[in-house]
Amino acid sequence: MQYEAVIGLEVHAQLLTESKIFCGCSTKFGAPPNEHTCPVCLGMPGVLPVLNQKVVEFAIRAALATHCAVAGKSVWARKNYFYPDLPKNYQISQYELPLAEHGHLDIEVEGAAKRIGITRIHMEEDAGKLIHDPAQGHSYVDYNRTGTPLMEIVSEPDLRTPEEAAAYLKALRDILVYLNICDGNMEEGSFRCDANVSIRPLGQEAFGTRAELKNMNSFRNVQKALEYEIRRQRAVLDDGGQVVQETRLWDAQANKTLSMRGKEEAHDYRYFPDPDLLPLVVGPEWVERIRSELPELPEAKRARFVEAYGLPHYDAGVLTASRPLADYFEAVVASGAGAKAASNWIMSELLGALNAEGKEITQSPISAAHLAKLIGMVDSGAISGKIAKKVFGEMMLSGQDPQAVVEEKGLKQVSDSGALEAVLQRIFEANPGQVEQFKAGKDKLMGFFVGQAMKETKGQANPAVLNELVKKLLG
Amino acid sequence: MKITPEEVAHVAALARLRLSPEQSAKLTGQLNDILTHMDKLAKLDTSGVPSTNHALALTGALRPDQARPSLPRQEGLANAPDSDGVSFIVPRVI
Repeated sequence: MQYEAVIGLEVHAQLLTESKIFCGCSTKFGAPPNEHTCPVCLGMPGVLPVLNQKVVEFAIRAALATHCAVAGKSVWARKNYFYPDLPKNYQISQYELPLAEHGHLDIEVEGAAKRIGITRIHMEEDAGKLIHDPAQGHSYVDYNRTGTPLMEIVSEPDLRTPEEAAAYLKALRDILVYLNICDGNMEEGSFRCDANVSIRPLGQEAFGTRAELKNMNSFRNVQKALEYEIRRQRAVLDDGGQVVQETRLWDAQANKTLSMRGKEEAHDYRYFPDPDLLPLVVGPEWVERIRSELPELPEAKRARFVEAYGLPHYDAGVLTASRPLADYFEAVVASGAGAKAASNWIMSELLGALNAEGKEITQSPISAAHLAKLIGMVDSGAISGKIAKKVFGEMMLSGQDPQAVVEEKGLKQVSDSGALEAVLQRIFEANPGQVEQFKAGKDKLMGFFVGQAMKETKGQANPAVLNELVKKLLG
Repeated sequence: MKITPEEVAHVAALARLRLSPEQSAKLTGQLNDILTHMDKLAKLDTSGVPSTNHALALTGALRPDQARPSLPRQEGLANAPDSDGVSFIVPRVI
């Protein structure tokens, strides 16, 4: 039978605040265990949580960027469950009245555009970290992460393929990173994704029974886990069996999903409004102020790069992959370089060189102004394209001005016809046969003479001048 | 009956409460009394009344995003049932 998959994603994004969501403990990653805790995030009796304004602001940014309606009033709820990563035995979250609802995100898969609905966005606190010690028969608990602000973004079950899921996830991540509210690092867990997936016979309206997938810590793993799970469910149904509603963990080593046992009753969370926290009221002025301060988002930037700079879609996609990279490109163009030349240099030389050194664009030894100057020197004929690459290599090492590199290394292009004529005469004398053939009409040998002259001058001869000279001297 | 002994047992299990048969019977009776009283309240026409999420007619206070020193670790761990001076130690959960 032909089946169709139905996928919905739940994303948890850690927000880039200085302090936790309900107390002043630092959110800095990597501190020794339990050094960023206090009576509030440890859940001591008698303490009161106080909401961090930045958390609300960041979540509103995300809501507006994904076209959600921001609720004038949202309510905090307690999600109750017993697990040692949760010192209070409840997680403060939002349930019935979340911060934002009814948004969407546009994605593109194999050239086809598709709109994916966003059900809701709400805020909550992260849980602690457990380290299990099988030898000792106990677990260690680190509460540093407890109370780190999280934003949960739930999509509609609008995704139909693992590729669409990956495209949605990537687009969402790019937006959060552009908004400067999440670092988007899946491997470190600051951007996490759970997936609900079911399959149904093609053409059937009703959803099949779904499984919830967890533990996928890269884009690649999300796609692979979904592919595996769709195959698994198809095999179950084809065998005449039934898919069981359950939580399954992705095992990246074994390349399969495994049923997670022992939490049968865990889904009964008995949510209720948290009496410690008053409803959050967000006035329209606040929302409008945040809207007016939103940066240009990836989609808009891509369109503008095509429109304003006349770049191909491919270039625009590469250059807008991150805000700092897009800013770098625009700075090169603003310093006088042509857009396509700037794009070519960045994509084919700079990104490769940075990648080889494990550097980000923000750590580039070559400033945008210097790259523009280098491009300008090629355009004016001061150096050849080949020499420019040599100069570029020097600039990567020293961070120097290209002019200084050219002068220091004596790489200036030779356009002086007297000097080049002498070079050509030597080549003609050494190759009388080729000279005869050229005179007899074998124009292809132009390349031979120019090539020899370039070799002789270590690439510094101006090829246009050489062409002229060969024609003049042998014509 | 508003609530069955099975439901009481389920809720007790979720809350990690161990009830004796006598306690379970007594609580089932009490919970039914409470829920019967709720029926009386439900007779009120509340169609024009917005739902109440909180007892206070105030909205939440916000604080600026500023980190401040945390509790010294030894103090945070002081009441732990077990610790190695660095982490809380609990019976193995997986």
